[in-house]
Amino acid sequence: MTIYFIQAFIYLIAAVIAVPLAKRFGLGSVLGYLIAGVVIGPVVGLVGDETTTIQHFAEFGVVMMLFLVGLELEPKMLWSMRHRLLGLGGLQVFLTAASAAGLGLLFDLPWTVAVTIGLIFSLSSTAIVLQTLQEKGLMSSDAGRSAFSVLLFQDIAVIPMLAFIPLLALPELVEAAASLQVAAEHHEELNLLAGLPGWAYAIALFSSIAAVVVGGHYLSRPIFKYVASAGLREISTAAALALVIGIAALMSLVGLSPALGTFLAGVVLANSEFRHELESNIEPFKGLLLGLFFITVGAGIDFGILFSEFGLIIGLTLGLIALKAGILLLLSFPFKVKGSDRWLFALSLAQAGEFGFVLLSFSTQNHALPLDISQRLSLVVALSMLLTPALFIAFERLILPIYEKRQSKTQEPDKVDDQGPVLVAGTGRFGQIVNRLLAANDVKTIVFDQSLSAIEVMRNIGIKSYFGDATRMDLLETAGVGQASLFVVAIDDRQRATELVLELKHAYPKLKILARSYDRGHQYELRQAGADYVVNETYYSALEMAQQSMIELGMHPFKATGLRNSFAKTEEKSRDILYETWLASTEDNKFNANYRELFMQFEDALRNANKRERNEGHSLERSWTPPPKGYAEEFE
Amino acid sequence: MASRILLLYAHPSSDRSEINQRMFQSAQSIEGVTCVDLYAEYPTFQIDIDVEQQRLREHDIIIFQFPMYWYSTPAILKEWQDLVLEYGFAYGHEGNALRDKYFFCALSAGGNESAYKAQGYNHFTIAQLLQPLEQTASLTQMRYLPPFALFGSRTALDEGRVEAHLDKWRRLLNALHHQRFDFAKAKSCKLMLSEFENAVSQEQVSL
Repeated sequence: MTIYFIQAFIYLIAAVIAVPLAKRFGLGSVLGYLIAGVVIGPVVGLVGDETTTIQHFAEFGVVMMLFLVGLELEPKMLWSMRHRLLGLGGLQVFLTAASAAGLGLLFDLPWTVAVTIGLIFSLSSTAIVLQTLQEKGLMSSDAGRSAFSVLLFQDIAVIPMLAFIPLLALPELVEAAASLQVAAEHHEELNLLAGLPGWAYAIALFSSIAAVVVGGHYLSRPIFKYVASAGLREISTAAALALVIGIAALMSLVGLSPALGTFLAGVVLANSEFRHELESNIEPFKGLLLGLFFITVGAGIDFGILFSEFGLIIGLTLGLIALKAGILLLLSFPFKVKGSDRWLFALSLAQAGEFGFVLLSFSTQNHALPLDISQRLSLVVALSMLLTPALFIAFERLILPIYEKRQSKTQEPDKVDDQGPVLVAGTGRFGQIVNRLLAANDVKTIVFDQSLSAIEVMRNIGIKSYFGDATRMDLLETAGVGQASLFVVAIDDRQRATELVLELKHAYPKLKILARSYDRGHQYELRQAGADYVVNETYYSALEMAQQSMIELGMHPFKATGLRNSFAKTEEKSRDILYETWLASTEDNKFNANYRELFMQFEDALRNANKRERNEGHSLERSWTPPPKGYAEEFE
Repeated sequence: MASRILLLYAHPSSDRSEINQRMFQSAQSIEGVTCVDLYAEYPTFQIDIDVEQQRLREHDIIIFQFPMYWYSTPAILKEWQDLVLEYGFAYGHEGNALRDKYFFCALSAGGNESAYKAQGYNHFTIAQLLQPLEQTASLTQMRYLPPFALFGSRTALDEGRVEAHLDKWRRLLNALHHQRFDFAKAKSCKLMLSEFENAVSQEQVSL
């Protein structure tokens, strides 16, 4: 037991130290994990042989990542980007794989090895590229969108690759492995279908995929509903984990890729109201496991090889970057990625990626790649990722200035049509109206509520809404609060509303927050917590009621409206002063004598505002007033 | 000395605007021009009379900028006149707050210039149609200038006339602000548009 604690501690502390450092230098978290692995492995020698075992375990992070990729893929979104996804992404993977494989053949590699290498090199780093583009605010640029399509295609392409690579196994390696019994634990896995005839096997495969799709569609809802009724957070985490692990187990049992199964389940659940809840439950596990995976990759880097074959490795790395960038540049022409976007697109995707590591270790396990080649290739993949920040810097310093100079000065900047969504927390009596007006005018909203029945109502009228506790920051993060243009706090729990505003303002100081308050005291609390705009849930409807009462009493409607408006204006003027008084009070009961007195003064002002008429005929209400009688004689 | 310009802009649907919104935006980058989007500031027509009167006091040149609707201003500019130009402020006993300020309209009109003639289908010239505003200026002791107008506004964008108009607009505002504008010459024009070039001089002109 002790040894596990020590090991776990070493891995965790290495990540804790290295990742924030890497992020500070703009290298991204993937590189941070790699560096942490390099330090605890080859450099310091704290960890050794157990990394391979841990790596197999950590690969489950990839399965989870594909589940999350699936969750992000709504069928509608996929459809709208089909041309770029299939055309650009497909051609990129095919051309890169083919030319890398071709080059491999020139170096006298067996064709199966060359193809495997081609596939590995065709992938780019989703983690690094998406993160960097997001950090630099380039996701909505033409280059960003194209890069996303390509990355998405690659992520999906990994699944058939995982199925395909075992077919490329080298016979001599398989034999050697069999005699050495090295791969025992991998190849004698539990497989229920081992003894079945071909047709029964096919039926079993088909029905287990069908089970995932149909079960995901019909069974997940009642199960999650049941889990939600318990209202316990750890149980919903357990349910999410059980789902992913269960599907992975089923797929392994029938001899299919667990990644494929979870990806499918993800796509099936992408439209579910539990999507963000699932994402936020799986996300930390995925992050940690993937991190662990990168650490083990780093720890496995053989510096002996790097230093003894320095020229070869560097040459291969630069060659790989040049090849990938070249193909991307070529593809940018038919797909009309223009100007500086073309270069950004080409340079950003020129590295090999984390899935490259996955495929490398997978290929080695499946005897498609000899160990010596895979060790060198993993150095190339790692180095190409390490160089990615340098490519971004090169783009910003060398290429962008050229295009900026070319652009004529009179040209106005492109309109940013890619506005972030509005997040609405709470869709009860209040939030529902907010959301309906916004949605009716094509404002993209994402709605959360803790009541499943409220969510069902909203979904029935076609409004995107999700089940979940909107005061949970991790849930909001997976829903994209970082990109949100606005946040509407419309939950009716006073305490939690205030806490949510506090937390949001703390984590996203620039995010604009509009909040609903319960009463005057709550209004001040929300304002103190940092809400940009607070509206009392009853104020405007009460004004409306008062106005209507005056009309019912026989007052001219236009006059009644004017009086209501001047009331609101006077009230608004007193708001700041009352708030300051409330804020300044140190007593427990902030509505102290001081405050009450001030409040009464403003009440008097309100009462008089609509009564007092100036001698010359102008009331404080300042609506239209006639000039004095007989004024026309002044002009005669 | 530089003149302070108050630009009161009224367009009820500025997201559809092809001319006025761009004029308003380009005015915002010109020194000495205070730009007020009336429909944005008072979406429910609750015009703050005190704020508006104070603005008037603080400026030397007042411009109404609007698309011409039914031979007059959009509704909020009329509401603005009704509420802000109060007795005792703008006219009448001690109502001298606007005395000697300059006033003109910058407008766009749908019809061609030929339509705004006795023989045209609109029968009256722009100058004639703006007579209520001219008289308002007179009663409030302001000095009225001919309008700065763009005709055929619905086709101006397609015909590529907008940039030239914007350019003239910016030069006019600059000349006004830096007092390189001969008001006497401008006064004699029917429209500032066609002949305002003559009124812009290189040197400062005394007001």
